[in-house]
Amino acid sequence: MNLLFHYSLRNLLARRLTTTLTALGMALVVFVFAAIIMLADGLQKTLVDTGSYDNVVVIRKSSVSEVQSGIDRQQASIVETEPEIALDQNGAALVAREMVVLITMEKRGGDSRSNVVIRGVSSASLALRPQIHLIAGRFPRPGSSEIMIGKSIVKNFKGTELQESLTFGMRSWRIVGIFDAGSTGYSSEIWGDVFQMMSAFRRPVYSSVLFKIRDSGAFKAVQFRIENDPRLTLEAKRETVYYKEQSEAMSTFLRILGMSLTIIFSVGAIVGAMITMYAAVAARTVEIGVLRALGFQRSAILTAFLLESLILGGIGGCTGLFAASFLQLLTVSTMNFQTFSELAFRFTLTPDIVVKSLMFSQVMGFAGGVLPAFRASRMNIIAALREG
Amino acid sequence: MNVIEITDIVKSYRRGSQRIPVLEHISLTIQNGEFLSLMGPSGSGKSTLLNLIAGLDKPDSGGIRIGDMEISTLSETGLAAWRAGHVGFIFQFYNLIPVLTASENVELPLMLTGLSKKARRAHVITALSLVSLQDRMDHYPRQLSGGQQQRVAIARAVVADPTILVADEPTGDLDRHSAEDVLELMDRLCTQLGKTIVMVTHDPRAARRAHTLKYLEKGVLSDAPQTAVSECLQA
Repeated sequence: MNLLFHYSLRNLLARRLTTTLTALGMALVVFVFAAIIMLADGLQKTLVDTGSYDNVVVIRKSSVSEVQSGIDRQQASIVETEPEIALDQNGAALVAREMVVLITMEKRGGDSRSNVVIRGVSSASLALRPQIHLIAGRFPRPGSSEIMIGKSIVKNFKGTELQESLTFGMRSWRIVGIFDAGSTGYSSEIWGDVFQMMSAFRRPVYSSVLFKIRDSGAFKAVQFRIENDPRLTLEAKRETVYYKEQSEAMSTFLRILGMSLTIIFSVGAIVGAMITMYAAVAARTVEIGVLRALGFQRSAILTAFLLESLILGGIGGCTGLFAASFLQLLTVSTMNFQTFSELAFRFTLTPDIVVKSLMFSQVMGFAGGVLPAFRASRMNIIAALREG
Repeated sequence: MNVIEITDIVKSYRRGSQRIPVLEHISLTIQNGEFLSLMGPSGSGKSTLLNLIAGLDKPDSGGIRIGDMEISTLSETGLAAWRAGHVGFIFQFYNLIPVLTASENVELPLMLTGLSKKARRAHVITALSLVSLQDRMDHYPRQLSGGQQQRVAIARAVVADPTILVADEPTGDLDRHSAEDVLELMDRLCTQLGKTIVMVTHDPRAARRAHTLKYLEKGVLSDAPQTAVSECLQA
């Protein structure tokens, strides 16, 4: 039925203006649909990519994130004795005691302020996160009031250039390095020496202990020991799981918001497609009569008109996706509800989103076309021919 | 040999609770290769009879046998499949699909056969050559004159080699010259290719080309009255 496909396609081309306007309506909906999933996926990907599968994050039980967690020195020392902790080339354990606090900083391009994560790190912190690369300056010296700043912070906040100083924790901190952590949440953090940070913020406890396990399969055993040790009130999670949980609230919110918008918009687009297709059926009543007289079955007429509507949906879907693909060039900065800190992330277009968006456009095409196509297929041949 | 046998058919339409009779106990036989013209005043039931012969409609009672098939008992799906292989249509307003080229329009009935693309192409070229339009294969209907469009429609009607051709006012929308061309062509289809043609017309010149004239008035079929025959002869 190649000719039927050509028939459907050429009918759409013959009505260029209506086809374009209807397809644009569908494209807009697909754009919103794709953009919201890209946003939610981008957020999730950023946070999930932040973690490494073999890294284990230990935080206080029931604390949702490092920000709410507290681990005293004695408990941190017990965790550090876990035999499964991996060693670096020098035989030192790949374990880092870290502290996370939030400060507010003024954003660029306005007077608004937003929370920023300050992370106090140990010597092993960098080795545990191989995705972090210095792009300017140098690493802060241990035991000094020096800090390095993620590139997203430099981009979004005032006074964060190299060699400038930031004042927080009643101390002035000199920016000696700028780092890039790829599309991970670390790019939105400020790092300095953990002991200096604890002293400055008068915090007697760490926020978390991060370590790498020697054997990926040993995680369950480590987790069981940490969570069941009567001296500890801690829980252990794979770093990937920890960050995935961090992204869930925000991405769920985005998805619900996006789906609600998409559903409302799609009703409009479906009605638009339906009007276009009903108009097409009305304008081609004689053609339908002729095709039926020539021997084409009702099902062939139904298929031809449905195909036309699906092509319309396909054009809308591809256009919407094409427009949405440009969103990948944008970096969005928003509040992560879990940590209440600023997080920069990008819209991410994945094959899964492409498939979902195209399927969605086809669902719209089908919903808009099925009733008009059914009407076309049910036409009385003689009455249809008389329309001529 | 009879190719069309209509036996005592009755057809009426309903308007609300009222029954409006259109054809009253009509019987008719048409032989293979015959060119029959149906005449009569508007509303006399000519088109209804043509639609019944073409399998577009079903009689209230009576039988219609085309070739060896009793079509009055076929289901709608069965009728559609039967029409695809046995009936060629020529309409007053040509009724070509405007978004398809001349060759694609002619190819349409062949889409319902099991022919390969190559075989379909060959059939289309033959049919368009028959109507002397092989050089207009890739033209769209809007790029053709009325007469040429009707010739494409005739090519579409004959391309699948149907048992019968039905023509409803085939010259009704044409100028005198184009009408003559179309009638000449139909005459050739009948005399040279042995096609059976049933034509409804108001045009005496068109009717003159037919081998047989039938006259329908108030649902009753008769041989054409002398006045109609004389009109045809004078035309």
